Amino acid sequence: MSERAYSASEMMIVTAAHMLQGARTVFVGVGLPNIACNLARRTVAPDIELIYESGVYGARPERLPLSIGDPTLVSGATSVVSMADLFGLYLQRGLVEVALLGGAQIDRYGNLNTTVIGDYRKPKTRLPGSGGACEIATNAQRSFMIMRLKRRAFVDKLDFITSPGHLTGGDSRARLGIPGAGPEMVITDMGLLNFANAEREMQLCALYPGGSADQVQAEVGWPLRSAAKIDSVDPPSTEELRLIREEIDPAGMYR
Amino acid sequence: MNKPAKADKRVSMKEAIAECVHDSASIAIEGFTGFICFAAGHEIIRQGRRDLTLMRMTPDLIYDQMIAAGTTRKLIFSYMGNPGVGSLYCIRRAVEKDVPRPLELEEYSHYGMVGRYAAGAARMPFFPLRSYLGTDMLDANPLIKVIDDPYGGGKIAVVPPLNPDVAILHAQRADRQGNTQLWGLLGMQKEVAFASQRVIVVVEEIVDESVIRADPNRTLIPGLIVDAVVHEPYGAYPSYVQGYYDRDNEAYIAWDKLSQDHNAVKAWLDEWVYGLENHAAYVRKLGESYLARLKPEPLVAAPVDYGRYR
Repeated sequence: MSERAYSASEMMIVTAAHMLQGARTVFVGVGLPNIACNLARRTVAPDIELIYESGVYGARPERLPLSIGDPTLVSGATSVVSMADLFGLYLQRGLVEVALLGGAQIDRYGNLNTTVIGDYRKPKTRLPGSGGACEIATNAQRSFMIMRLKRRAFVDKLDFITSPGHLTGGDSRARLGIPGAGPEMVITDMGLLNFANAEREMQLCALYPGGSADQVQAEVGWPLRSAAKIDSVDPPSTEELRLIREEIDPAGMYR
Repeated sequence: MNKPAKADKRVSMKEAIAECVHDSASIAIEGFTGFICFAAGHEIIRQGRRDLTLMRMTPDLIYDQMIAAGTTRKLIFSYMGNPGVGSLYCIRRAVEKDVPRPLELEEYSHYGMVGRYAAGAARMPFFPLRSYLGTDMLDANPLIKVIDDPYGGGKIAVVPPLNPDVAILHAQRADRQGNTQLWGLLGMQKEVAFASQRVIVVVEEIVDESVIRADPNRTLIPGLIVDAVVHEPYGAYPSYVQGYYDRDNEAYIAWDKLSQDHNAVKAWLDEWVYGLENHAAYVRKLGESYLARLKPEPLVAAPVDYGRYR
């Protein structure tokens, strides 16, 4: 039995970390984004400050946080502030350069649903809701999404818009006066999707080793556009895999 | 109106809940995924309160348990999950299947909830924030409104003040008058305390007033707005208290499994809540050695010099 040298999760983590090259601040969630941001700080973005919605600026977590309010984020951090200050003075003030988001559903304009599957008043599945996602998607200068490609997640129409992407496309976001530039890239388990066209509509722009455009389309619930040129993405380096496996996620919680 | 000065506000949890938390009251047991006063939630269940409106940004396991016990009519929140683990199945059963009774939801984003508490605390009519534009959150909750900035800055969302009848807040230490010090994640506790009509603080340690006065920057909640002080070690177990104990993550993972079955939840409540006299009995049942493993290694800050000016 042959074993792959790296997992799909590791590929997503490393690709997301590369996107943070040169960034000064990033708004971090738990799970894969947390590993990606901590990897970026140790590799391509040594000056990056990790900001957590629980009120932490400049975190240096010694373990993977069990939740977004884990005290490991506090110990050794640059500053701990109230959530009113975190959302007002850091996020809404415009100090967050990049945010990493995810959701149960995403549409072609990068709008996200984390609220319900089915009707809001009589939901088939009640999801957690916004948390900080709505204001993060609104105010972060740039947003990246990390989501596995699945037909039930990449849908033609969201059951509920929790967090604004490019809304109905084009300049609809800017016309409403929403401060951040909106979704820039969707990092999936097969390749990358960006919004670099006038309609701000999701398009395939890069594939991971072994991936194909047909495989991606099979998991997307609308006819997916394609960029003029499809790039290839390098697999994780040995050092990146070592950092993830030995230092950041030694228990393999997100492998 | 200010509360009369009282040299010693210490009471038992049983007394604090009996005195402050009545049927149909609105209650905020706050603290952002840590400092969650499970001891108070369990006592409210034990005393059989009904028709409560519960407020909390992240309902967490404690509201899952209180809602499963049938205490609650309505939930005001911003993130309904078992943080870092998964779903809150009891709340979902209430929402999706009306078990054990229907639950009304009123939902915001995190900043919206923080803003509601902040407006409530400062007795302001609303709190403006850059959020919600272009989303279905506005349709889901008509209390979130979009208005014209009176200074010509375009559309802006506003949320109304939130003033709970009772706030229950856990912290590391307080003196007998309720001057309360908290370090670690400050969350929204200050705003919740000032927003609420009555405040119960629950602490790991009662300290002398001189300890508080030696480090006034750390006092988050003044005794001026505190009605009751409860000394309850491990009162926030199984959630975190910075420097005192870690989250019992196994308990959070176990709840994820157990809570998927309403009868299993009822049996759990019988054994761990109804079957015990108080939180001290809960702590005894868990055992000292079980809890000791949750104690973090020390990481002590350098002392600061306030200076003596006279």
